[in-house]
Amino acid sequence: MQVSTNEREFVLEALRSGIRVDGRKPLGLRTVDIDIGADYGHVNVRLGKTQAMVQVMAEIVAPYPDRPTEGQVIIHSELSPMATRNESIKSAETELTINRMLERIIRKSRAIETEGLCIVAGHKVWRIVINIHFLDNDGNLLDAACIGVMAALLHFRRPDVTVIGQEVTVHTIEERNPVALSINHVPICVSFAFLDDGQHPVLDPTLLEEQLCEGDMMIAVNAHREICAIQKAGGLGMETSQLMLCTTVALEKGQEITEMIQKALAEAKTKML
Amino acid sequence: MSRLELISPEGLRIDGRRPNELRKLTAKVNVLSQADGSAYLEQGNTKVLAAVYGPGEPRQRSKVVHDRSFISVEFNIAPFSAGERRKRTKGDKRSLELAYTIKETFEAVVITTQFPRSQINIYLQVLQADGGTLPACINASTLALVNAGIPMLDYVCACSAGSIEKTPILDINYVEESSDSPDVTVAYLPKVGKVALLQMEARLHIDVFEKVVALGTDGCIEMRSKLDTVIRQGMQQLVNQLEQ
Repeated sequence: MQVSTNEREFVLEALRSGIRVDGRKPLGLRTVDIDIGADYGHVNVRLGKTQAMVQVMAEIVAPYPDRPTEGQVIIHSELSPMATRNESIKSAETELTINRMLERIIRKSRAIETEGLCIVAGHKVWRIVINIHFLDNDGNLLDAACIGVMAALLHFRRPDVTVIGQEVTVHTIEERNPVALSINHVPICVSFAFLDDGQHPVLDPTLLEEQLCEGDMMIAVNAHREICAIQKAGGLGMETSQLMLCTTVALEKGQEITEMIQKALAEAKTKML
Repeated sequence: MSRLELISPEGLRIDGRRPNELRKLTAKVNVLSQADGSAYLEQGNTKVLAAVYGPGEPRQRSKVVHDRSFISVEFNIAPFSAGERRKRTKGDKRSLELAYTIKETFEAVVITTQFPRSQINIYLQVLQADGGTLPACINASTLALVNAGIPMLDYVCACSAGSIEKTPILDINYVEESSDSPDVTVAYLPKVGKVALLQMEARLHIDVFEKVVALGTDGCIEMRSKLDTVIRQGMQQLVNQLEQ
């Protein structure tokens, strides 16, 4: 759906005076609500009005022949038609970008220690399947998904196994305490949109801002001040100084979000006891 | 696994280059007879063929944009292009993403408002892949678009960069790419002085990141003069043909 000229002018005029339509500062984050479910690895995330549901599962499969000692991580994301106005081409592209970006953030940066997922080398490994459903799209799906996935991965427990020779026994959760995944680091994605000839970068854009923006950039960072992935294509070019400014902001916000995830996890833990 | 020594004690890389050295670039425009613009580009052992058709009537009515033309990119990687023969299907996510990235990059640089209600097609074929497929494809597309006479803000010059043991390296090849080195691709508009595309994989500390991006940008600036020479040579050839 196209944005009317009036609406556009309103958003831009507000931004020029340093405020956004929903009352945030240009580099402010919407309220993040991380709701950790009763099951291991089930998380609901709300980022403003954007909603995503994440479920992590584990299954035992044969490893890839070229990586006999490594477990597998698979990411499925689905932008449900109820979440967004149906613009088939556009949403297919959004979905592709989100999926590839998550693969980069989580798999390429080795957030999960895959060697720890091996059961019997060459025969059996764990496959971690991450399912993401976007329930409501009010912009910035990727950040919501990333927060959800990292919280879900940290919360997830896989069943314990014992190996005697080639014999593998999987213990149910009642039998033995399930095992947490070994997570190397927690990458957090922070997105920016550039409005008004690229003069005004805004953090965590809403759907309206996404429709009006001339360019966007996604930066994934972790607590070790490392950049785990960057994607910026199209839109107006960007000066290097602005780029560095964005990375600094991303690092700061990433830290904030990591703390929120830790807090939510701690709360869920006390609730379970 | 034994670790490969990617950078020698003398400071030379596995293929004998210095850290801030680009691979040898050979390119030619006007290589296809039917296309409006075409280019063949070799960046080290990475070989890419690009063809541009258009601006022309859009094939799908529904895709028409009333005030500008749109770009469609088709990316294909040959099964024999890498060490192991592997056929990628058309719907392969990596290929689709690459095509989408290139499309996004060029839609911002080509002056599309000059051709309303039309379509520009870019076809890319990777014949040999030795790292840096994305930058090579972007450079080849730039050459083909210029060759087709399509107006652009600037040359889009792309270059990859990485970092091995905290030494930033330019234009990484396949061996360096498949080691744990981070992979940064920068596309730069040298005259405007702006970054058109930035993509990064794997982890990199912020302090090193700045240096790597700066190195990548320098590489792009160097790339521009190389691409410019290719275009001028192509034009000279055309002039010579006319004079004969």
